[in-house]
Amino acid sequence: MLFFEDIAIGRRREVGSFTFTADEIKRFARKYDPQRFHLSEEEGRKSLFGGLAASGWHVASVCMKLMVTSMQRLAREAVARGETVVAGGPSPGFRDLRWIKPVMAGDTISFVSEVAGLRASASRPEWGIVEIRNTGTNQRGEVVFSFLGAGFVPRRDPPRAEVTQ
Amino acid sequence: MTLTFEDFPVGRLGTFGPRHVSREEILEFAGEYDPQPMHLDEEAASKTMLKGLSGSGWHLCAVMMRMMFDGFIGRAASLGSPGVNELKWVAPLRPGDDITLDVDVTEARISRSRPETGIVTFKGVARNAAGQVLCEMTSPIIISRRESAS
Repeated sequence: MLFFEDIAIGRRREVGSFTFTADEIKRFARKYDPQRFHLSEEEGRKSLFGGLAASGWHVASVCMKLMVTSMQRLAREAVARGETVVAGGPSPGFRDLRWIKPVMAGDTISFVSEVAGLRASASRPEWGIVEIRNTGTNQRGEVVFSFLGAGFVPRRDPPRAEVTQ
Repeated sequence: MTLTFEDFPVGRLGTFGPRHVSREEILEFAGEYDPQPMHLDEEAASKTMLKGLSGSGWHLCAVMMRMMFDGFIGRAASLGSPGVNELKWVAPLRPGDDITLDVDVTEARISRSRPETGIVTFKGVARNAAGQVLCEMTSPIIISRRESAS
C-alpha cells in the first residue's frame, strides 16, 4: 500500500481472475441470495439469465477477495525489498455498481483496478480518499461487472490539523 | 401470492429482521472474501481506524440481500438487478450485532425497453440494535408487471 501522495490517477493494476463453479455459485446463494436462478440450472434456464448465474453480491465479494490478496502480495514483495509498507484504511462506500452481464457457471472473470480520483478527507486530515474503478471481464472479453469504490489511504504529509483544545 | 410491480408503490415498504450476525460468521466471510486483519484479528483490528474487530462491508451487503430476500424479494416476480446506485458504509458491523433493515421504495416506473416489467428503486438502511445506522444502499430491481407475471 502506498501513501496518498504516491498514487496517480490512471494507475491500473490487474488484480487476478476467478472461475465461478456451479457448486460455489449455489453455496454463496444458499447463504445470502437464494433466488431461484442462483440455485438451480433448470430455474436459471427459465430466467432472463438463460442458465445458472452467480449472485451479483458473490461477484462483488470475489472481486474484493482478489483485490485484498493482490494488495497483500504486493506488500509482502515491498517488505522483501526493504521498503516501508503502510496499511490502508477501510472504505466509506461505493457508487455506480453495475451488474452488466450475468456471470454464468464456468465463467472466468478477470478483475482490473484503475485509480479514478483522489481527494482529501474533510473529516480526517491524516487520511486521503482514493476512488478506484474496478472492472470484471469474462473469458470472451465482455465487461460484466464494474463499480467505483472509495478507500481511505494514509497521507505522508497531512495538512496541519486544527488545534481545538 | 407473488408480488408484482404494482405491489411496490413509492413509500415505506417495511422493516425487516432482526438478523443476528455472529463473530463466527464474520470470521468465516472475511476469511473467504475479505481477509484483512481488521476483519480477522482482534489485536490487529484494535489498532485500525475502526478500533476493534468488524465485519466486511461486503458481508453486510450480503446480509442485507438475504434480509431483503426473506422480507419480500423471495415472494416477488424479481428478474434481477442492474446494479447499485450508491452504497455508504457508515459505521462498522460488529460481532453479535442484530441488524434491522428499513426499506423504502423511492421510485417505481415502467421499463421503456421491456414494458412488461417495471423498475423499482429501493433504499435500504441497516441499523444495529442501538439504532445506529451501519449502511445505506440505493438499488433498482426489475420486477414483472401483474399481467405478465406467471
